[in-house]
Amino acid sequence: MSQPIRLKTPLADADVEKLQAGDKVLLTGVIYTGRDAAHKRLFDLLKEGKPLPVDLKGQIIYYVGPAPAKPGQAIGSAGPTTSGRMDAYSPKLMEIGLKGMIGKGMRKKEVVEAMKKYKAVYFAATGGAGALLAKAIKKAQVVAYEDLGPEAINRLEVVDFPVIVVNDTQGNDLYQQGMKQYAK
Amino acid sequence: MREINAKQITEVVRKLCIDSNLYLGEDVLKALDEGEKKEESPVGKEVFQQLKENARIAREEQVPICQDTGLAVLFVELGQDVHIVGGDFNAAINEGVRQGYKDGYLRKSSCHPFARTNTKDNTPAIIHLEMVPGEKIKITVAPKGGGSENMSMVNMLSPSDGIEGVKNRVVEWVKQAGSNPCPPIVVGVGVGGTFEECALTAKKALLRPLGQKNPDPQLAAMEEELLTRVNNLGIGPQGLGGRITALAVHVEMIPCHIASFPMAVNINCHAHRHKEAVI
Repeated sequence: MSQPIRLKTPLADADVEKLQAGDKVLLTGVIYTGRDAAHKRLFDLLKEGKPLPVDLKGQIIYYVGPAPAKPGQAIGSAGPTTSGRMDAYSPKLMEIGLKGMIGKGMRKKEVVEAMKKYKAVYFAATGGAGALLAKAIKKAQVVAYEDLGPEAINRLEVVDFPVIVVNDTQGNDLYQQGMKQYAK
Repeated sequence: MREINAKQITEVVRKLCIDSNLYLGEDVLKALDEGEKKEESPVGKEVFQQLKENARIAREEQVPICQDTGLAVLFVELGQDVHIVGGDFNAAINEGVRQGYKDGYLRKSSCHPFARTNTKDNTPAIIHLEMVPGEKIKITVAPKGGGSENMSMVNMLSPSDGIEGVKNRVVEWVKQAGSNPCPPIVVGVGVGGTFEECALTAKKALLRPLGQKNPDPQLAAMEEELLTRVNNLGIGPQGLGGRITALAVHVEMIPCHIASFPMAVNINCHAHRHKEAVI
């Protein structure tokens, strides 16, 4: 197995351009949570030309709705949700500088094209490993849309958060490559 | 006639909601062990190791296996000689869900379909009630996550499609679902009945312990063939490519109308959770 690449956020074009589908990456720094409802709100603000509650330039959004933290925990279980539901909003966010997305499951062609165009990558985290992944999250703070409960935008501080590159800036797709390799 | 207090139902449901979300069943842990051994892809093997480690953390630290602690789906077998006292049956169940999701630090995922506003206590529960002989109540809580539930289908096939038609449709469907339902998955297939009973049959198929075949030899053979075909798709753990896409395929069948041939697929992710209790 190849050694994981260590990356610090925020990400620059040069950071994401060197990533290849299949690369294992350990992320350290700040990442933001956001899923269905938060994406819709961000998208609507952009449509109206209004400022966003967080600056997404160079940032990574993690598609997650965490479980509530128990006393003494930074965050409850926090694995990825299905990314496809964010497809309608993602190209617009990449256009304003979003560099990475973490989720699970396939992305639409338009999203993969936008990753090539705006230099961004899509990472998968292990779906259903929420208890394990929460260990890499050291701090969580709601920074917008508290009323959305588990769908609020959180600022997470992560150390060596394990992900794998599914779609890179060249249009490669690990899901397709992997399936092709093992199909009988 | 046996009297059962509604408060007891609440307490049992509360505990089942928590336990089902924290403790992965022995049958699933065993299937993960076997899957890891059979998996040829290095990344796939690593995924199995992560899932086992995740289950250990959840169990030891008493945190949910997955942040999606699901809608609370309940199967209740109510003995006909039971008299429930001290409260309303449905309210007692919903109170158990409310308490379990709060006290267990479980995520509340129930929302208004249009406004998407959260009901904030994970109610209402989805309750499937069946009356049975006897004076006991058997309650099964099967929390259902959105990612796998979204990969469900009901198809009203034509009788001329036959068993091959069902098998082909299942394999095509799992292929299309790909990495979305968090493989390795468990595939529940319902055949026959009506539109709604067929879907429920597929869901009930997921409750059978892993490693247990359908007692009907034809359906057992169908399950085995489907598992091989699904695993030959190469989707693999988390869809990253590999040998093990599904841990099991369970098929259940009931009679249908002479004009009909319904089939349904309901998928569970590897967090294949359910716990039961008898009052």
